[in-house]
Amino acid sequence: MSQTTSVYKELAWQGLWKNNAGLVQLLGLCPLLAVTSNITNGLGLGLATLLVLIGSNITVSLIRKYVPNEIRIPVFVMVIATFVTVVQLLINAYLFTLYQALGIFIPLIVTNCLIIGRAEAYASKNSWHHSAFDGLMMGLGFTLVLVILGGIREILGNGTLFDGADLLLGDWATSLRIDVFSVDYPLLLAILPPGAFIVMGFIIAGKNWLDNYRAARAKQPQKQVTRARVTAQ
Amino acid sequence: MTFKLAASPHTHNRRTTQQVMRWVYLALIPGVLIQTYFFGFGVYVQILLALVTAWLSEAAVMHLRNRPVRHAWQDHTAIVTAVLLAIAIPALAPWWIIVIGTLFAIVVVKHIYGGVGQNLFNPAMAGYVLLLISFPVQLTSWPLPTELAQLPLPFADTLSIIFTGFTQAGHSLEQLRIGVDGITMATPLDSLRHDLSQSLTLSESLAKPIFGSLGGIGWAWVNVGFLLGGLILLKQRIISWHIPGGVLVGLLVPAAIYWLFNPDQAITPLLHALSGATMLGAFFIATDPVTAATSNKGRWVFGLLIGGLIFVIRTWGGYPDAVAFAVLLANMTVPVIDKYTQPIAYGHGGRP
Repeated sequence: MSQTTSVYKELAWQGLWKNNAGLVQLLGLCPLLAVTSNITNGLGLGLATLLVLIGSNITVSLIRKYVPNEIRIPVFVMVIATFVTVVQLLINAYLFTLYQALGIFIPLIVTNCLIIGRAEAYASKNSWHHSAFDGLMMGLGFTLVLVILGGIREILGNGTLFDGADLLLGDWATSLRIDVFSVDYPLLLAILPPGAFIVMGFIIAGKNWLDNYRAARAKQPQKQVTRARVTAQ
Repeated sequence: MTFKLAASPHTHNRRTTQQVMRWVYLALIPGVLIQTYFFGFGVYVQILLALVTAWLSEAAVMHLRNRPVRHAWQDHTAIVTAVLLAIAIPALAPWWIIVIGTLFAIVVVKHIYGGVGQNLFNPAMAGYVLLLISFPVQLTSWPLPTELAQLPLPFADTLSIIFTGFTQAGHSLEQLRIGVDGITMATPLDSLRHDLSQSLTLSESLAKPIFGSLGGIGWAWVNVGFLLGGLILLKQRIISWHIPGGVLVGLLVPAAIYWLFNPDQAITPLLHALSGATMLGAFFIATDPVTAATSNKGRWVFGLLIGGLIFVIRTWGGYPDAVAFAVLLANMTVPVIDKYTQPIAYGHGGRP
């Protein structure tokens, strides 16, 4: 039993932090950079990707014994495309304004390397419940990056947070909107694509700094006993 | 007697970075004086704000990087960056414009890439592009040349408009920019671009009061001032002729051909040369030793590329002037240029 919990723990750690899809593997950068002009879009796309990722991981894992090795990639793409279509139709039906805001980037989830990458690297080699959990954690890690990036860009470029959250979460969410500050002239660059690259760079730098900081702290307590060298070289 | 081993180049004049940079900003003085004469004391205020921001932000970054602040202050590169950015933006822009631009130039473009000598992009121009993209209104609101302005603008009013947005009498920048005929005036390049796109001929467009005999009033002389400073730099061998020569040839030759075939709908080469930031860009911005190509042949290609891009963007692009974009685009190509123009060392093969 402890074996399985440690597997789940490792999967969560890998997906959320150590091997984070957005920050470490740098997969799926196209939607990551293109739609994160505010939190709502980031969260919407993140959740859509998360759903597709869980669905495709489970399916790929279930059929992994029946798929010939030579044609596995086309099969995986078909599976992913099916789930993307399902999610796209769902968003189109229930969250139409969000559907319009995300536009082409919902169908483009098919080409998100994160999903095919997890199918190939993990789901095609492991049992379905592990694969499902892996999809959940990888998707959550990706969503987290999208939300952070969207939040920073929304604050810098618009001075607000959760603007238009009602498109995603329903009418009650209009009260979520926070006006951090208001300026006459927003920093347009943060909203434009170059701003996404710059902010993304800072987030990655921040993660690396945090990792280095933790590594340095973990090393410190070991007291080194230095011995005076008494012989010549 | 000992023989010292030293890496090439073996002949060099022993100028420190500080001395080179000092020459660069001293050579800017004629242009800055002329710019102040035409566009008011705002130029000085912007330069001062940029310098203070650059020094403070550089000190902060060097402190974070655990390096001695004095080293960064002593090489004077931040001064050049700050002054170039300050004279590139409109003289009466609000104070936070230049502060944001300088902060971005020094902290993000220069120090995040590793400080002096490591940056990929020209800091001043990257800062300028950030401002131009983010705050298009402020960055295109150039004040009128003083001889066209209806309201005189003493120093106290200049300070007041930069820091509060209004003069002491309550005039806004927009009101100050209204000319004799009651129409807000654009810069010469902006006005030409707009008129030509409206199917006016060149001579009709040049009949507007912002144009003098040589080019745009003020702008032509500012460019002459920077040309003068650039010639001083050439004379002092701070810069080589390849980059400015390349920029001017790359801009003026296509411009001349285009104009000869299309004299009513194209800007004349003279106007190209004496408008916008042509001379400042050719002699002071493109020649940045860090972000330009290294070999003489490479510099020539680099200059031609910048000049050509300026012509293309000015003629068909979305912005009236293009020096900043052209320089940044050419900066990106520098590694490739350097790779293919690397001179062959003596005795190491190459052409027979």
